[in-house]
Amino acid sequence: MYRTTDGEEIFIIDGHVHLWDGSKANLKNVHGQQFIDCFYAYHSNLSPKEYLWPKEKFDKYGEEAMYEDLFVKGYDDMAICQPTYLTDFYKNGFNTTEANYVLKGKYPHRFIVNGAFDPRDGEAGLDRLDELSEKYKIQGVKLYTAEWRGDSKGYKLSDPGVQRYFERCEKLGIKNVHVHKGPTILPLNRDAFDVADVDDAATSFQNLNFIVEHCGLPRLDDFCWIATQETNVYGGLAVVLPFIHTRPEYFAHVISELLFWIGEDKILYGSDYGIWSPKWLIEKFMAFELPESVSKETGVQLTMTAKKKILGLNAARLYGIDIDAQKKLLAETQQTATV
Amino acid sequence: MTIMAAIAAVDRTAEVWARLESVIDPELDESVTELGFVTGVEVDAGGDVKVDFRLPTYWCAANFAFLMADDMRIAVAALPWVGRVTVGLGEHMYADKINHGVAAGHSFQATFGDEANGEELEEVRRIFMVKAFQRRQEALLTYLLDHGHEPAVLLQLTVVELAALPSDSDGRRLIARYLERRPVIGSDADETAFVDQDGALLNAAQIHAYLRALRRVGVNAEFNSALCRGLLATRYGTECGPQVEVKPVHFVRSISTARSN
Repeated sequence: MYRTTDGEEIFIIDGHVHLWDGSKANLKNVHGQQFIDCFYAYHSNLSPKEYLWPKEKFDKYGEEAMYEDLFVKGYDDMAICQPTYLTDFYKNGFNTTEANYVLKGKYPHRFIVNGAFDPRDGEAGLDRLDELSEKYKIQGVKLYTAEWRGDSKGYKLSDPGVQRYFERCEKLGIKNVHVHKGPTILPLNRDAFDVADVDDAATSFQNLNFIVEHCGLPRLDDFCWIATQETNVYGGLAVVLPFIHTRPEYFAHVISELLFWIGEDKILYGSDYGIWSPKWLIEKFMAFELPESVSKETGVQLTMTAKKKILGLNAARLYGIDIDAQKKLLAETQQTATV
Repeated sequence: MTIMAAIAAVDRTAEVWARLESVIDPELDESVTELGFVTGVEVDAGGDVKVDFRLPTYWCAANFAFLMADDMRIAVAALPWVGRVTVGLGEHMYADKINHGVAAGHSFQATFGDEANGEELEEVRRIFMVKAFQRRQEALLTYLLDHGHEPAVLLQLTVVELAALPSDSDGRRLIARYLERRPVIGSDADETAFVDQDGALLNAAQIHAYLRALRRVGVNAEFNSALCRGLLATRYGTECGPQVEVKPVHFVRSISTARSN
């Protein structure tokens, strides 16, 4: 919970957190090492100095540190776990629904745990999706289209095999499809960060919400265009928001473009924890004002209303969370207080 | 080595660096030398050249990595005295494949086979050349409009007239940079200087809306550039790259400079 200087309480839902194991013991190969090292470079590059972690903590921080960083030191009230399996790089997977669910078991009202699917798994993958739905009552999936699987270096949402999975999502009531649009790898000769496949899927499946994580960076320009065309496409601020510290002027331009093109009802806060921590992200975001030159340019404002929507109301709407009821629940179960 | 030979070797190395400066990261529209990607140039007595380069992450897109490696080879090979050119990409997931493919003079398609999906790399190159064109055009037009030029007059200029347009040094640089990319859309010297990405004339009455739309391209590229430079510095240390923070047309800076005038 964040309290403004006026004493107003702002309920915060972190749309993008991880509980990963990038430790040496879990590595399968050099790619696994390079993957966690690359994450660490993002962390080191964009975090304020006082929030830099030693590499050992970063490799595997564990449940208690995560709870502390999100809800005790940080201002998150709830967080959505987005799994990233990466089983070709890590023995037990990098960040799995199963591991996330153990965490939710300890703090049931704090976490929303999403599932994942991979269309390359065919029939077995559909069965697995049924199982995830039944066992964990998932309302969303995280898709990592760049994930390596044997000889395949990824897939696109427009691939024919993906349709059946979206149909199954509709049937199971899994409404939120979070798509990681960051460094994809195959096909190698295309623009590897193409977001056009989200456009196809969003048009075909109007009942599903497509949350483009990282707003399609590094193709923000293309993403804005697609999101404007489709009513069911959202932008997740993970990776974009940390620029607020090192490059506030870029952040100002990017958030104003997002507000202009996709609007304040379709932008979701996400810390991308453990890459970055909610404490400093939220403090800086709440204190942030668009420079006049930028708001004059786009004609948009980052108002308190917009901030509240981005920080929690939009995610609450997508995940059916009644904020007043949830506040009560957290208070009753002592999960708002310092543990 | 005689003193003369030593001087010749130094000169040749400088010539190679100068050639490499013309090679750009297609995504960022910035020189690979300014970005700090090139780490070393070696020239031997026989005129063989070895260029070493690196990228901000192990995962940087293979297509762009290949394009840069191949462009470096071609740029250096254009020097008359150059023998064999070896380009060495380090610490990248496809380093070996790219290095071997470029050394053998193979195409991207031949280097990666099925993984490249049978499409032309040149199309990707063109997509990013168009983005570079748009970004440079936006920076120039914004600058000129902010300096009192009338939209209707500007949009009438031919390529030759734009090249001769009197301006201050910032303006001259923006004009030169724009004209460098103008041929991406296809042009003769007597053609209109400012056209859209399809070569159509621009409408003076809607110029501000047009520029606003283009600005997304610039914001995106600036953002990527900041991220790439930061990741490179984190990976290899801040002291390893050239300390050129903002050499090309920086969207944010060019706007704020213009506004403060």
